[in-house]
Amino acid sequence: MDAIGMVKRQSFYETPSPAGLKGIWAWLLTRDHKRLALMYLWAIMLWLCIALLIGLSLRIELMWPGGTIMKAETYNAMFTLHGVIMIFLFVIPAIPAVFGNFFLPIQIGADDVFFPRLNLMSWYLFMFGGGFAIISLFSGKGFPDTGWTFYVPFSVTTKTNVSLTVTAAFILGMSSMLTGLNFITTVHRMRTKGMGWMQIPLFTWSLYATAWVQLLATPVISITFVLVILERFLRIGLFDPAKGGDPLLYQHLFWMYSHPAVYIMVLPGMGVVSEIIPIFSRKSIFGYKAIVYSSLAIAIAGSLVWAHHMFTSGISDVSIFVFSLLTYLVAIPSAVKVFSWVSTMYKGSIQMTPPLLLALAFIYLFSVGGLTGLLLGAAGTNVYVHDTQFVVSHFHFTMFGGTGFAFFAALHFWWPKMFGLMYNMKRAYIAVILTTIGFIFHFIPMMILGLMGMPRRYFDYLPQYATGNFLAGFGGFMIIAGVGLMFTNLLLSFREKNLAADDPWGGTTLEWSIPSPPPLHNFVGVPEVKSFPYDFSMVGKDAAPTIQTRETDERTS
Amino acid sequence: MEKEAGTGQPEERMHVTGYRELLAIIMALLALTGITVAVSYVHLGFFNVPIALFVASIKSSLVLLFFMHLKYEGRAIKISLLSTIAFLFVMISFIFWDVAFR
Repeated sequence: MDAIGMVKRQSFYETPSPAGLKGIWAWLLTRDHKRLALMYLWAIMLWLCIALLIGLSLRIELMWPGGTIMKAETYNAMFTLHGVIMIFLFVIPAIPAVFGNFFLPIQIGADDVFFPRLNLMSWYLFMFGGGFAIISLFSGKGFPDTGWTFYVPFSVTTKTNVSLTVTAAFILGMSSMLTGLNFITTVHRMRTKGMGWMQIPLFTWSLYATAWVQLLATPVISITFVLVILERFLRIGLFDPAKGGDPLLYQHLFWMYSHPAVYIMVLPGMGVVSEIIPIFSRKSIFGYKAIVYSSLAIAIAGSLVWAHHMFTSGISDVSIFVFSLLTYLVAIPSAVKVFSWVSTMYKGSIQMTPPLLLALAFIYLFSVGGLTGLLLGAAGTNVYVHDTQFVVSHFHFTMFGGTGFAFFAALHFWWPKMFGLMYNMKRAYIAVILTTIGFIFHFIPMMILGLMGMPRRYFDYLPQYATGNFLAGFGGFMIIAGVGLMFTNLLLSFREKNLAADDPWGGTTLEWSIPSPPPLHNFVGVPEVKSFPYDFSMVGKDAAPTIQTRETDERTS
Repeated sequence: MEKEAGTGQPEERMHVTGYRELLAIIMALLALTGITVAVSYVHLGFFNVPIALFVASIKSSLVLLFFMHLKYEGRAIKISLLSTIAFLFVMISFIFWDVAFR
């Protein structure tokens, strides 16, 4: 207690864990899940900015026919880099590593994850993996130029330093697996008393389903990368028909992980949206159990559809038929989620905020991504659009329009909780609108270009594709401007110091019942678990939430 | 020992296996290893590999059940393990099945 009788609240920023550590060591050796989440946040945001700028350089190159700002070989290296950084260093870890680490323990009423030291090790593996990826660029004979898929036979014959790049991906995979293991164990063993499976918030549920995919599918890609390295050095012939191998085996193994990885990327995003929609609709989530089971169904069914990436590769017709059918099945649980979100908003008391706007953009863009996926899942149309810009556009609608926007939504949603600061709403809205319009300008032309027949990963193109490519480049600049403004706005909140209340949005899950930013030990007493996590009848009498900020900083008063 | 008494889930129960039981499992594992080696000297054609795999499966089941305490775990852990085996089975069988119809 201080002089004026207010409880002094020490946040986790002021309390190192383990105790006694100071300065940078309080971060580098921490076992606190919240500090680790923030360490992931800064690293991941840095990678995102780098990969976005590389992406922009690709689009500038393609804005006009012929070589403009780089050579063809550099272009190959650039799209490889863009893919590898975006996939392995941003999209896969972004939401689980940052928001999962921060909020999963809090949402289940726990003090930390089950294995805090392992959590720290996962962060180091993530950083080492990233470091290895950078080293692989500047060692050996030129930048890796295989694309993020590392397809054989090219990846085992190219002179560039593919071995080190796949080693980096291997290490990043270990980080992902250990995070998954930690989350599964935490959800099983550390839920607070009284929290049954059907009282777990949907974000945690989505992380739990994701963690299983991380744990089961990642070893497959790790082993595959080891095989690529062995092939490069020992020429065993696993993928070489002349030696009795099968090049399609690589594609099977690669997509066995990399398609489920798409769900590793998007499921946590869906969890974020499931948290945001009820709060700003002031209405209990529609179909809680349906969303839970659809998360599990996506995790399971999504693991059985990998060969739809291989319809033109020469796999058997029976496989094409079965994998096409299974692909269509994944649309069902995905649609269950979308309908549940829309139904939640129906007759709700909707209050527009930047997180909600981003969540709505997610639903729209992800739905476009999902529906264009049906064209790719159908074997007939797949042959027509395979390896065209259409695929690239579809993929970005699901990954950037989906996971990317969900990441931005999560940032705006939980920023007040993580830092105790509220950002400028007006700037946030402008940034969101700019990014969304830029996104559409960027990827719709690419979709049309694909349908016109423009292949992906091409450095140059025929004159009929010029207008579309120019428009896509223009959209690329808008995205960069939008994301730049978004991040600047969030960072400016540190200077503007507009303090956020503990529960600025009127949320019902446990993270909103503790101070912003949270103390080192998340809960002072045993957290009170509601029989249903999205019960708004108990939170105030207001029909709509009011965005609350604090006038003074109680932490230091 | 688990970190915290959290949920009182059945998974958190402790079980101490007695030396006698552990010794019996070790003896069974050694005996099964002996069988694997012995069978490898008998020419059974196609059946050599399935028999070796069958014996290996029994051995790994014993390790999982007793050394890794699966026998005494809650339902969630058992389902988790079975789903990983099912996942592996699907992954491998789908590839075989693609090759078979090619």
